[in-house]
Amino acid sequence: MDTRLIEARDVSAGYRERIVWRGANFSFGKGEFVAVIGPNGAGKTTLFRMLLGLQPPQGGSLTVLGEPPKRGNARIGYVPQRHTIDSDTNVECLELVRLGLSGKSWGFNPFSHDDRDAACAALKGVDALELAHRPLGVLSGGELQRIFLAEALVSDPDILLLDEPLSNLDLKRETDLLHLVNGVVRKRGVTALLIAHNINPLLPHLDKVMYIANGKVATGKPSEVLTSESLTALYGVQVEVLRDPHGNVAIIGVEEHHGDMV
Amino acid sequence: MTLCPTTAFSPNVLSDLQNISCYEFMRTAYEAGTMIAIIAGITGYFVVLRRSAFVAHAFSEIGFAGASGAILLDSAYFPPIAGLLLGSILGGLAIAVLGRRAANRDTQIGIILAFALGLGLLFISLYKAFATAAISILFGEIVGISPGEVTLTFEASALIIVVMAFLYRPLLFASLDEDVAEAKGMPMVFLGTAFMLVVAVAVSFAVQVTGVLLIFSLMVTPAAAAQYVSRRPSRSIAFSVAVAVVATWVGLFVAFYTPYPVSFFITAINFSLYIAVRLVRRGLKAKPIERASVKQVPRAPTVPT
Repeated sequence: MDTRLIEARDVSAGYRERIVWRGANFSFGKGEFVAVIGPNGAGKTTLFRMLLGLQPPQGGSLTVLGEPPKRGNARIGYVPQRHTIDSDTNVECLELVRLGLSGKSWGFNPFSHDDRDAACAALKGVDALELAHRPLGVLSGGELQRIFLAEALVSDPDILLLDEPLSNLDLKRETDLLHLVNGVVRKRGVTALLIAHNINPLLPHLDKVMYIANGKVATGKPSEVLTSESLTALYGVQVEVLRDPHGNVAIIGVEEHHGDMV
Repeated sequence: MTLCPTTAFSPNVLSDLQNISCYEFMRTAYEAGTMIAIIAGITGYFVVLRRSAFVAHAFSEIGFAGASGAILLDSAYFPPIAGLLLGSILGGLAIAVLGRRAANRDTQIGIILAFALGLGLLFISLYKAFATAAISILFGEIVGISPGEVTLTFEASALIIVVMAFLYRPLLFASLDEDVAEAKGMPMVFLGTAFMLVVAVAVSFAVQVTGVLLIFSLMVTPAAAAQYVSRRPSRSIAFSVAVAVVATWVGLFVAFYTPYPVSFFITAINFSLYIAVRLVRRGLKAKPIERASVKQVPRAPTVPT
C-alpha cells in the first residue's frame, strides 16, 4: 500500500525533561490495522496525543495525512482511555454520537435530521442501534465501547485511534469488539491504531504491530516484530517468543500481561 | 394610583390573580421571577450535568460577601446586585483559571465559601442599621425588587439565554466527553470560563429570588428533576425551565396570601416536584437496568498452557 497516512522519521516523544522514547521510524498506510503494545508509562498514549496534535514531537518529523499533526483534525476519530462514566448520566447514547459530528458547531440546533440520521447510521455500523435511546450511565463496558466507537466513526474519519478499548472487558466481549473493529477497518478502509496490553486476541486481525518499550519503538508485521531477536533487541534483555499450534504467542522474559520487565 | 381591593384569598384563582396583578410590587416580582427561573433552569441543567453544584453555591456565598460589602459602603452607589455580581464573577474567573477539575475540589471550595460567608457576616454586623438586609440576601427578597433591578434582570437574562444558545452544543459535548472534545480542537478553556461566568451571573440574579442559602432550589433541584424526565438534553432543559417557572409562580402566589416567605414555598414546591418525578420514574421502570459499566472483570490468563 502506497498512501502513507502516518509517517514518522526519527521521532522522539515525551517532554523536554523526560523523553519517553526516541529514534522511531514507522509508517502506516490506508486501511491498516495496527496494535500498539507496551508497558504502562512507555509512551503509547503519548503517541496518540502527538498524532492528535495535543503534544508536539520532541524531535524528528511526524506527518499525519501528509502534514504536521494539528489539533482538531476532523479526519481522525479518537476513543480515549476511560475508566468510568457516571452512572447518573441520564443522556441517551444517540446524543453523544450526534455530538461526535456536530459538537463542534456553535449555536442551537437540536432538531437536525441530517445529524440524527448520521448518528443512527454510525450506531448501526457498530451493531448498537438498539442502544440509541438507552442512557449512557447504565451501559456495560462493552456496550459503552461500541458507543464510543460510533462517536468516533460518525464523522467518517480516515484514521481511528483507540486507547485501550479492551480494558475492563471479559474475554468474550474482547473478541466481539475486536471483530467489530476489524470489520470497520476492512469495510471503511480506515487506518486503526489500537493500544492494548495483550497481543494474542489481536493477532488474527493485525497488519502491523508496534512495540514500545525501554525508550524504543519496534514496528513491523507481527511475524517480523514478534521474534526472539527483535524483542531481545528492543527490551535489552534475553527474550524468547514461543508459539503454540493455534498461532498464539508467549513471550518469556517479559511479563506478558502488562509487558513489564520481570 | 388605583386602590387595590381586598387581599383575602378566595377559591376563585382567576380573581386572586387579578387581585395580585393589581399590586405593582407583585407584577414586578412575577416579571423578574419568571426571567430568573428561566435562566436558572437552563444553566442549572449544565451545573447538574457537570457536577458543579457546589461551585454554584460557592459563587452565591462569595456574592453574599460582595453584596453585604456593597450595602456597607453605600447602597445608593453600590447596589447589592453590583456586589453580588462582582463577588460571584471573581469567583467564576478564579475557578475558570484553575481549570475544570478545580470545580471538583470540594475541600478548597469549602474553605473559600466559609471565609466568604464569614466576611459577609462581618460587613453586615458593621452595618448595624440594616439587620434585615442580611436576611434578604441570605433568604431572598424578590417582592420589593426595584424597577431598575427588574430592567437589569431582563437584560442580563436575555444575554444569558443568547450566550447559552450559542454555547449549547460545544458545552454539551465538553460536559459529556471532555477528552474527545479536547482532541477535536474545542477551546476548552474558553468554554469553561464562559460557562463559569454565565453561572456566576445567573446565580447573582437567582439570589434575589431564593437568597444565597437557598440557591440550590432554583439552580439544582429543577434540573435534577428534569434529568429523570428525559434523556434528551434539549427536552430536559425545557422541563427544568418549566419546573423552575411553575415553582416561582406558585410560590409567589401562595406567599402573597400567607405570612410566610416566598423562598420557602419555591423550595418546597421544587422539592415536591423532584420527589414526585423520582417516584413516577421508579414506578415506570419495569425492572432495574443492569449496571456494569465499571465492573472489573477478571482477565483470563494470557499465556496459553
